[in-house]
Amino acid sequence: MRVPILKQGDYLIASIQPVFADQDLLQLHDDLAAQVGKYRSKGVIVDVTALDAMDSFATRTLRDLAQSVRLRGAETVIVGIQPEVAFAMVQLGLEFGTVQTALDLEEGLALLGVLAQPPQAADEVQEWRP
Amino acid sequence: MATMNAKSRKGGPDGIQKTGESTRVLLTELVAHLRQNRTQLREEWARRITESKLLTAMTQEEIFVEATAVYDNYVAVLETGSVEALQEYALDLSERIIPRGVETHEVLGIVLLLRDVLARSLFKKYQSDFGMLNRVLDAYEPAANRIANTVGVSFVQERERIIRQQQEAIRELSTPVLQFRDRLLILPIIGVIDPQRARQLTEQLLQGIRDNRAKVVVIDITGVPAVDSTVANHLVQTVDASKLMGATVIVTGLSAEIARTLVTIGVDLSKMKTVGDLQGGIEEAERLLGYQLVRQ
Repeated sequence: MRVPILKQGDYLIASIQPVFADQDLLQLHDDLAAQVGKYRSKGVIVDVTALDAMDSFATRTLRDLAQSVRLRGAETVIVGIQPEVAFAMVQLGLEFGTVQTALDLEEGLALLGVLAQPPQAADEVQEWRP
Repeated sequence: MATMNAKSRKGGPDGIQKTGESTRVLLTELVAHLRQNRTQLREEWARRITESKLLTAMTQEEIFVEATAVYDNYVAVLETGSVEALQEYALDLSERIIPRGVETHEVLGIVLLLRDVLARSLFKKYQSDFGMLNRVLDAYEPAANRIANTVGVSFVQERERIIRQQQEAIRELSTPVLQFRDRLLILPIIGVIDPQRARQLTEQLLQGIRDNRAKVVVIDITGVPAVDSTVANHLVQTVDASKLMGATVIVTGLSAEIARTLVTIGVDLSKMKTVGDLQGGIEEAERLLGYQLVRQ
């Protein structure tokens, strides 16, 4: 089943369902990379609340997805990793690398609010001030 | 001996039944003998317990009361062949005497002493008739061994039950996850961390992060005497798992000794945020959360 992507303001939200095929994740990767450009989104949230396991393929695909999204000019936050999944992942040595994670959707949106701000923006505002 | 061999050679189901029958008859005779000499044998036994310096945690009278109960149970088992009542009594006895510091070797010691005392009295009674003595011992020994076995196992079982119970109590007490401020958890760890406890700790922490929607966690290990590579790695894993759930972990209270150990065994702690003491950790956490403490 194709993972639906919701647009919320500057952000895109994709919620992965418990039953998914490897192909669905690859599809999500392509879809998100395309839509980030299409909607000029600043951030992407991938919600994995419903997953009770995360294998190496899923981890790698999500990491790649975040890289692609970053190359397209947006930040990715993975939200909703369950306690058991989190611990299983570190025990298996699975890592999201530099990809940000947050507790839930609310936290993810708050984090994106900070991340999606271009770092130079604050300085520029000051510079423009007369 | 010759009669025994002849009997067993006869074999067949009839023979076996006959053997069972004669054992029962012998045991009945045995029980009658033990009942008759109850006072004397019991005293002899209690004396030998004291002589062997067993059950030193108990008074003379207590030993005698328990000895009487054990003796009667012992005879009852010989009579009925059922160890259930004895088992129950042994469990009950163990429950009473374990807190007083009675050791396994003492319990086994007194039961074996009773076995010896009774066997001696049988020797004395049947010393003129060697064949009879042999047959009586054949009937007595398996039953006596079974009794010793039952008492020993019951004692150990009871002891293990108590140990399990205490372990559980310690486990429950050992890992509180406390909410200190909105979205700030504190996890004080006291005592030795073994792999099982480490796992439980992590589970509770991750659960706590989700339940309290924590953003920062302070793990204080001031009360941990030593850390080995397994525990250190587990700590690192906990920090990583918390990060996956969006929480920052600050570890505080690493003693100089632990710090040196960790550096020596080469655990990579670069990903871990550490602060000297709990106070510093809380201050750092408050800073991360944007709290500002102002003295009025």
